[in-house]
Amino acid sequence: MAREEVLAAVPGTFFRRPDPDSDLFVEEGGEVAVGQTIALVEVMKNFYEVQAEVEGTLLEFLVENEDVVEGGQPLAVIET
Amino acid sequence: VRRLLVANRGEIAIRILRAARDLGVETVAVYSTADVEAPHVRMADQAVEIGPPPAAKSYLNADALLEAARTTDADAVHPGYGFLAESARFARACRDAGLAFVGPDAETIDRMGDKVAARAVAEAAGVPTVPGSDGPVEGLDAAREAAEAVGYPLMLKAAGGGGGRGIRVLQEPGELEKGIQGAAREAEAAFGDGRLYVERFVERARHVEVQVMGDGSDAVHLFERECSLQRRRQKVVEEALSPGASDAVRERIAEASVRLCREVGYRSAGTLEFLLDDATGEAFFIEMNTRIQVEHPVTELVLGVDLVAEQLRIAAGEPLSLRQDGLVPRGHALELRITAEDPDRRFLPSPGRAERVVLPAGPWVRFDTWLEPGAEVVPFYDSLLGKLIVWGEDRPRALARARRALAEFEVTGITTTAPLLARLLDEAWFAAAEFHTRTLEDWLAQAVPA
Repeated sequence: MAREEVLAAVPGTFFRRPDPDSDLFVEEGGEVAVGQTIALVEVMKNFYEVQAEVEGTLLEFLVENEDVVEGGQPLAVIET
Repeated sequence: VRRLLVANRGEIAIRILRAARDLGVETVAVYSTADVEAPHVRMADQAVEIGPPPAAKSYLNADALLEAARTTDADAVHPGYGFLAESARFARACRDAGLAFVGPDAETIDRMGDKVAARAVAEAAGVPTVPGSDGPVEGLDAAREAAEAVGYPLMLKAAGGGGGRGIRVLQEPGELEKGIQGAAREAEAAFGDGRLYVERFVERARHVEVQVMGDGSDAVHLFERECSLQRRRQKVVEEALSPGASDAVRERIAEASVRLCREVGYRSAGTLEFLLDDATGEAFFIEMNTRIQVEHPVTELVLGVDLVAEQLRIAAGEPLSLRQDGLVPRGHALELRITAEDPDRRFLPSPGRAERVVLPAGPWVRFDTWLEPGAEVVPFYDSLLGKLIVWGEDRPRALARARRALAEFEVTGITTTAPLLARLLDEAWFAAAEFHTRTLEDWLAQAVPA
């Protein structure tokens, strides 16, 4: 069992849903696959997908929906 | 208009503040907490904080803007471009609050800002339009049906706004479902309206747009701009006049535009966008932007008019000061948009703090910007840093001047697209004006690493 942090590739505003009316990309405790989109970061009106780079259980998000995040900041933890 | 509130930020806020100053109008700036140090805040006579960094809570917050206008006793609001510039609801709220909205009335924004309704108006005025769905398509089944009727390749476009947001080009039916989701998401985020419509995608086309100005009863055109060089539907280089429009096409689209403005009693500045089909020479009306546009300065330079000042005069109830026979284009103007993006990293936005800043100047060089040493480029808003606008007696001389001026530009601390634009200016196809709306992306595909 290893814990992998998912880092923000870009600074911006963090979103856990594809749009305000949709469901969360993934719940805490949910299973994720490699390449699966788990959140979005919006920077300068562009949306960047945050993807899981490993397969496993998404233990927790380290930031709240709509929080402002820095580039390289840990966003979530996946247990493999 | 005695005291103007500028409901925007960045270079356009400064542009509007200057026009107001030229007319002796007092100014009020607004700012989010991310923009406390921004130059537009210092430049205005007074400034009001309107909320936290996300645009939805500040520059898109109509209540906060109206409250700022009330507390500062402003009597007019200029929305700039983007944000609430094409919100009929905001225009209406301004009017209800007794404020002059610098733009067309809410009913016209509703009608022309909604691309579906705009098509209908255009068709009624005898302006040719691109084949497409008769209205927004609701749901995947309806989209599939409309797509089949229009044929592939096609475009999904946001019914509620412009600026390239919420647009997808689909090559084949398999791309429809994912395309609709992505485009609707962008449209919802950008305009609060996720409705989409379907339109024929003309493979090789030029994007040419006609600038108009009206006072509610009379209207004039201010000739056209060429805006074919785009990346991901964002304009990068604009020119006036269009090197790709023949005199016959020029006259046809200009006259059609004035006809449409008279038909709707258009007031203020507006732009009618046309696609010129390279293959057939046909011109199709695509949409109308009911606001001042980013690229308005190229028109100003070839005609010697101040479009923003004219907007302010019209908002004050004055008739058009422009007469059609007095509008005679002279020479050629070019605009280059410099953005905080890193072309070598797939145009990754490059927020940060500008350190050293050297801005171009000299004869027939204009640099509309908010950039200054120490300026913070925040991640919340668009990446436009500044616009280099140059004039020359003809296109080759304008190009030479653009090269000279761009070489003077320098900024450290953030990555910009300026070096890439310098390479573009050296391309033979650009000098020969041999391009269409996909040329820039094709060039980028081989000019910069993927």
